[in-house]
Amino acid sequence: MAKLSIEDLKKIKESVRAAVTLREGGYRARVNVHMGTCGLASGARAVMTAVLDEIQKKDIKDVVVVTSGCAGLCNREPMITVERMGEPPVKYIDLTPDKMREIFSDHVLGGKIVEKYALAIGSETTF
Amino acid sequence: MRWWDDCINWESPDEDDPVPTVQDLSLHILDIVENSLAAGARQVEIRVEENISADRMVIEIVDDGCGMDEERAQKALDPFFTTKTVRRVGLGLPLLEEACRMSNGELRIQSFPGKGTRVRATFQHSHIDRKPLGNIRDTLITLMIGHPQVDLLYEHRKEGKTFSLDTREIKADLGEIPLDAPQVVSALRTLIQSGLEDLGAS
Repeated sequence: MAKLSIEDLKKIKESVRAAVTLREGGYRARVNVHMGTCGLASGARAVMTAVLDEIQKKDIKDVVVVTSGCAGLCNREPMITVERMGEPPVKYIDLTPDKMREIFSDHVLGGKIVEKYALAIGSETTF
Repeated sequence: MRWWDDCINWESPDEDDPVPTVQDLSLHILDIVENSLAAGARQVEIRVEENISADRMVIEIVDDGCGMDEERAQKALDPFFTTKTVRRVGLGLPLLEEACRMSNGELRIQSFPGKGTRVRATFQHSHIDRKPLGNIRDTLITLMIGHPQVDLLYEHRKEGKTFSLDTREIKADLGEIPLDAPQVVSALRTLIQSGLEDLGAS
């Protein structure tokens, strides 16, 4: 069974300790990557990998990434929903890893909605 | 000039903008496991077996989700059957079945209501139309980050060698540190990559 080495674990424990306290104070933003069949076929996993890479590169500790299924707009996938604490969620469509990186620095971190890639602001209603 | 020429866009599709398709088996795995999670699974086992001498490849996904009755399990391979409410087609399992059939294999679904579902996809390993396995590392990382609360077991066998990973064990080792902490993700990525490379996974 593959396991993290003791050395890795020690390093992780030291560097994460501070971050855990920060997280308890709430997240700055949540990025939801839509991963239905349609999303996956059009590149959602590459978008997911890009956002994880940005989080790592910039050492961001208060952004959560989650996945969800098809949102019913398959021809505009890959699609994500960005929710910043206390702000209405924004859906972005037709994404690529590069667009994802741009949205990450401008909106997720900077708070400025990237209108050119946005579909709509606010939650969808369920019937 | 024919009367319909104005109605049709004759331009050839842009090379950079191909028709979306589930390109490789690792994406199919991600897709099927997302089904398991939508069915409320708390534990998912993914097993990949590459048997070169018998020229077979088997991918098995076992979950403890809500399961399906016999009728529903049969309908699951019909693209026009879906439990979703957002649209009327569901392509996850039908597309995987197509990938199996294209490469001289088949897809079997066994499901028990209240207990879970087992999806078993087989392929002829050397078949020219067998999709490549693709990036298993990214599929596993995506699942772990997207659903850190779920217990995930991955086991990959090839030619007598095995790579396996159990997030329950990893979570136990991490203690109070979350599985989706960036440092953990980075270490896991390296761990999976080197494990799969040792195996020579294809």
